[in-house]
Amino acid sequence: MEELIDDWIGRVADAASSDRGLAIRGGGSKLFYGCPEQGEVLEVGGYRGIVAYEPTELVVTARAGTPLRELAAALAEKGQWLPFEPPHFGPAATVGGMLAAGLSGPRRQAVGALRDYVLGVKLLNGSGEVLSFGGQVMKNVAGYDVARLLAGSLGTLGIVLEVSLKVLPLPVAEKSLRFAIDETSALKKLNEWGGRPLPISASAWHDGMLTLRLSGAAAAVAAAQRHLGGEALADGLAAAFWQALREQSFAYFTGDAPLWRLSLPSAAPPQALPGPTLIEWGGAQRWLREGDERAIRVAAAKAGGHATLFRADDAAKAAQGVFQPLPAALLRIHRNLKRAFDPQGVFNRGRMYPGL
Amino acid sequence: MSIESSVAERRFAVDRQALIKRLRALLPAQALLVEEEEMRPYDCDGLTAYRQLPLIVALPADEAQAQAILKVCYELKVPVVARGAATGLSGGATPHRDGVLVSLAKLKKIISVDPVSRTAVVQPGVRNLSVSEAAAPHALYYAPDPSSQIACTIGGNVAENAGGVHCLKYGLTVHNVMRVRGLTIEGEIVEFGNAALDAPGYDLLALMNGSEGLLAMITEVTVKLTPKPELAQVVIASFGDVRQAGDAVASIIAAGIIPAGLEMMDKKAIHAVEPYVNAGYDMDAEAILLCESDGTPEEVAEEIGRMTAVLENSGASGIRVSRDEAERLKFWAGRKAAFPAVGRMTPDYLCMDGTIPRKRLAEMLEAINGLSEKYALRCANVFHAGDGNLHPLIMYDANQPGELDRAVAFGAEILELSVRFGGTITGEHGVGIEKVDVMAEQFSLAEIAAFHRLKAAFDEHGLLNPGKGVPTLARCREYTLARAGNAATSPRL
Repeated sequence: MEELIDDWIGRVADAASSDRGLAIRGGGSKLFYGCPEQGEVLEVGGYRGIVAYEPTELVVTARAGTPLRELAAALAEKGQWLPFEPPHFGPAATVGGMLAAGLSGPRRQAVGALRDYVLGVKLLNGSGEVLSFGGQVMKNVAGYDVARLLAGSLGTLGIVLEVSLKVLPLPVAEKSLRFAIDETSALKKLNEWGGRPLPISASAWHDGMLTLRLSGAAAAVAAAQRHLGGEALADGLAAAFWQALREQSFAYFTGDAPLWRLSLPSAAPPQALPGPTLIEWGGAQRWLREGDERAIRVAAAKAGGHATLFRADDAAKAAQGVFQPLPAALLRIHRNLKRAFDPQGVFNRGRMYPGL
Repeated sequence: MSIESSVAERRFAVDRQALIKRLRALLPAQALLVEEEEMRPYDCDGLTAYRQLPLIVALPADEAQAQAILKVCYELKVPVVARGAATGLSGGATPHRDGVLVSLAKLKKIISVDPVSRTAVVQPGVRNLSVSEAAAPHALYYAPDPSSQIACTIGGNVAENAGGVHCLKYGLTVHNVMRVRGLTIEGEIVEFGNAALDAPGYDLLALMNGSEGLLAMITEVTVKLTPKPELAQVVIASFGDVRQAGDAVASIIAAGIIPAGLEMMDKKAIHAVEPYVNAGYDMDAEAILLCESDGTPEEVAEEIGRMTAVLENSGASGIRVSRDEAERLKFWAGRKAAFPAVGRMTPDYLCMDGTIPRKRLAEMLEAINGLSEKYALRCANVFHAGDGNLHPLIMYDANQPGELDRAVAFGAEILELSVRFGGTITGEHGVGIEKVDVMAEQFSLAEIAAFHRLKAAFDEHGLLNPGKGVPTLARCREYTLARAGNAATSPRL
C-alpha cells in the first residue's frame, strides 16, 4: 500500500510545479462541508486499514482511508469506541475525513471533541515529505501539537496518512429522558445540571421538547434518572434518536434551506434570530434553517461564539463564506501556517477560507 | 555538546543600555530589574542545574505593560523569555543571556468565576490551586492537578500542557482550557479559542498548549471548571513484584475501568516518601498502585468493587480502600510529595518524564534498575501508570565530579528507551533546554524542520524563548553522529 504514497508524492510535486491545486478526497461523505472543492481530485480512500489496535492501551492507529464504520466495528468488538461520536454523514466516511472535518457528535460537551482524542498523525506535506507528529501514548508534549492542529484543518495542510486516536470503553448503562419544556427554561436547566456531577452525555432541545441522555455506571444512571424525573424513552427508540441527531437525518435537518451552525457559550440566552432552532451540547451548539448571514454572524460573535454555514448551495457559500471571518492577526498566522506546511498552496485551496 | 549550549548558541547583538533606556520610558521603575543581585532569583526554573542571568528582568503589572515590552523587544530584536512561578522542570523558563526575562507573576488576578457556564477567566500568574479554591463555593474545580499545583501558575500550565495525577479521566491542560489570550512577538493582541466549545479556523488553541513560550506570550486564560464529584475513594494495592503491578495496570484498563487516578510507586520511592509523610504505605512492597474512583456514591461503590477484584486477581499482596476523605488525602499526600521526599535523600536529582505504552511498564522498570547499576546512581520511580508517564528520579551529587554527567547520560538512555518502546521523551514536563538534544531521537530532520517553520509562522525572527523546545538542525546532526559513535563503542542496554 506504500506505493500509493509514492504516487501521491509524484502528484503533489507535479501539482506544485505547475501551480495546480489538488482536492483531497477520502469517501466523499463530507464534500458538502466547507467551501467547494477546487482543483484536481486526488482520491486517497485506498490507503486504508487498521495499523495497530491494543484495547488495553486505549489507542487505535488507522490509515486515513479506513472506513469509519469499519473502525467502529473493530472497536465495538472489544467493547470500546470513539466517545465523541463523530458523525459519518454517509457510509463512505473515512478516518481521514473525520479528522479533516474535525466534527464531533452529541456527546461532545460531556466527553470532549475529536481533537481531544487525537494522539498522533502521519502526514504528507506540500513538499512531499512524510512526517509524523504526536504518537500513540496519552501524554506527549515533545514538539508542537501538530496532530491536534490538523483536526478540522479541512485538508489544507497536507494529506493525512495515518491517525492515532484515544479510545474508551463503551458506557455500561444508558437511559434517555424526555421533558416538555420551553427554550429559555431548557437552557437554564441544562446549564444548571451541567454544573452538577450528573452523568449527562447528550442533550437535544427542539420545538418544546428536551431529550436528555444519561451514560455511565448502572447505579449512577439509575440514581440520576430518579433525581431528574422526565419520561424515559425505550432503549431502541433512544438509540435511533441519538443516531439520527448525529447523522442529521431528522426532518429538521433535511431539505434545501441553508443550515447554520452556531457555536456559542452554553449559557448564552435564546438568540433572537428567525426560524425554528435545534439546540445540542447543553446549549453550546445551536442550529438554524434560515436567516440573514450578517445578522447570524453578528449575533454569534456577540454571544461569544461563531457561526458556520454548515449546509448550503455553492452560490450561497461563495456569497456568504462558510466560516466566521478571522481577525487580521489570526488570519496572518493562518496564512503563515499554510505556507509552512504547503508552501506552493497545493492542498484543498480555498476549502476553509479564500486564499488559504 | 552540553545542554547549556542550546540557549547560548544563538547570540543576539543587543545594546543593553539602549534597551534599558527604552523600557524605562515605558514602565514604572519597580517593573525593571537590572542589577545582578536583583536578577539572581530569576536565573533558573525548576531545572536548577542550569542557571543563566538574563540581560534584564521585566515585571509587567498588566497586559498593556507586557505589550509595551514586546513592542520594544521586537523592534530592537531582543529575545524574550516568559516566566510564571518557574516550577517547570525542563528549563523552559531559563533566561537567555541576551534577552529580557518577563516575569508574569504580577498578572495574578482571577478575573471571573462563572458557575453557570462553568468557566473561570484568570491571568497567567494565577496559581493552579487557587483556581480550584475560587471555584469551590460553587462545587466546581479545575481538573488538571500537577503535583506542583500549590505553586505553579496557569500560564506555565498552558505553556507546558501540564498534566497531573487525574489526566486519564479528566485530561491534560489542553483538554481543560477554552481560550488563551496573548501577545504575538510583535505585541499584537490575539485570542485563541473563545467562550464556546470550538473556534473557526485552525485549532491554534491546541497549538498554544505545550508550545513552551515559543509562539506567543500568554496574558489571560479561560479554563473549564468541572463539577466536583460527590465522592472519591482510593484503593492502595501492594505488590511483591513490579511486573505484577505493571500487569495489574493493564488488567484494570482491560476490564473497561477508567480510574480517576492510577499511580504507581516503586520500593525506593515508597521508602523515600513514607518516613517523610507517613501516608501509610506498605514498606515491604516492591511496588504500590493507587487507584482512584470518583462519582456518585453508587458509582464509586460499584467501581471500587470492580477495581478491588481486578487487583486481587492480579496478585496484590495487600489492598486498602480509603475510609474517608481525610484518609484519601493522606494516601495521595505521599504520592504528591514524592519529589520533595526524594529531594531529602540526595543533594540533587534529575526527574525524567518519558511516556511509554502501559504494557511496557514492567520492562521499563527492570531496564531502569539495570541502568541504575551501570551508572552507579540510585533511582526512585513514580509513574502516572494510567497514562504510561514515567518519572524516574535519578539521584546524584553535583559536588562529586562526574556525577551530573553520569546522571544526564542515565536519563538520556531512559528517554531513548521510551522512544524505542513506542513512546515519547516527555509526557508533561516539556522539552525546554533539558531534552532539546534528545528530540533528535524522536523526530526526523524533516520533522524538526517542520517545527521550525511552524515557529516562524508565529515568530519569524525567533525571538520568543530561543534555543528551547526544538533543536537546530545542526544540533540534531551532531547528536545523531555522537549517538552513533557511542553505540559503536559501548553496547546499548
